[in-house]
Amino acid sequence: MTLHRLSPVFPSATASLNSGAGVLTFRFSFVFVLSFALACLAFFANAVQAKEAVPLGDAPWVEARMVHISEELRCLVCQNETLASSRADLAKDLRDEVRDLIRQGKTDPEIKTYLVARYGDFVLYRPEVKPSTWALWWGPAVMLGLGLITALWAVRTRRKNAAADAAIDADTAPHLPQVPFSPEAQKLVDSVMKNRE
Amino acid sequence: MRLALIPLIVFLALVAFLAVGLKRDPHEIPSPLIDHPAPAFVLDTVAADTPHFSPEQMKGQVWLLNVWATWCLPCQQEHPMLMQFAQQGLVPVVGMNYKEIQTDQDEAGQPLLPATRLSMARTKTAAWLKKHGNPYAFTVLDVDGRVGVNYGVYGVPESYLIDKAGVIRYKVVGVLTPEILAETVQPLIQKLNKEPFPQQPVPKAS
Repeated sequence: MTLHRLSPVFPSATASLNSGAGVLTFRFSFVFVLSFALACLAFFANAVQAKEAVPLGDAPWVEARMVHISEELRCLVCQNETLASSRADLAKDLRDEVRDLIRQGKTDPEIKTYLVARYGDFVLYRPEVKPSTWALWWGPAVMLGLGLITALWAVRTRRKNAAADAAIDADTAPHLPQVPFSPEAQKLVDSVMKNRE
Repeated sequence: MRLALIPLIVFLALVAFLAVGLKRDPHEIPSPLIDHPAPAFVLDTVAADTPHFSPEQMKGQVWLLNVWATWCLPCQQEHPMLMQFAQQGLVPVVGMNYKEIQTDQDEAGQPLLPATRLSMARTKTAAWLKKHGNPYAFTVLDVDGRVGVNYGVYGVPESYLIDKAGVIRYKVVGVLTPEILAETVQPLIQKLNKEPFPQQPVPKAS
């Protein structure tokens, strides 16, 4: 029935009505796909329009630098997003702030210092190395080192214990009477040992 | 035997760290502005008779800067507490209305002029305060949120306790609860009120 509604637009669809179910299905699916594609196109066109307007009139180099700096900065509202990627209102404001600072000719470290002075080290994804951030920077390496030392120590102790156990075992083994070999037997033993060498 | 206790100790240390981590609010970011001078600004106020406000005016007294907005729901929850606090008359409370007008366009879809946004913010804020009660000695309008950025505001409400010399001494992120007010803010105010404030030497007439 849908086909009838569509047929005035696609006359070939009407023509193919009589020419077998296969063709009908083909025509139908073609029309369906086409209309679906058009609908998608319309939807995406709308979506593009509905997106937040990017302020135009900014020099591309300002934008590029702003994005470059913002990728190193944390959005304070959605804390696992960078300032560059966040859609939060505050992130937008701070990007504007960064743009302004760029236009004022501030360097990247100056811009970061500006934001750190207001929002703290937390705003940096890569906090500065200083006594209060040492644990953050070197903590994992220290923990790994401690782990390795502990493992090494454990292995050594175990090996030493095993050796000690073996010594104790040997010590407590029942003593066999030490009977000297007869000369023939000694010869045999010697030759066997020589062959083994 | 002693060595066998090491894993237990490590485990308990881990539990202690996690317990502390659970109690801390990751949204509460320590402000680097504590013990630094409150950033200067000059902003329009809601009242027509005192058109501008600057923190400079408050030199010599302890005061509370409360950042809020009429669209902010936690601020409405905070409002009765602020009213009560202001009635106690311990320190003046200055309200900074943060980005009252959340749109960039008017009803016809035209971009809003800064002057229009300011007057819209003023009307809205004044109406809200008239309806719900006004705890503020001054209400300033940070329409575009630029002053907020200087104060490290990343959400509303936020409150700053500023001493006689104009130095930020304490920051509360989120709603001022009766507990925070009674246990932290009020004792601190009493302490700050006792701090001497060097009076400007009166220039001698020549």
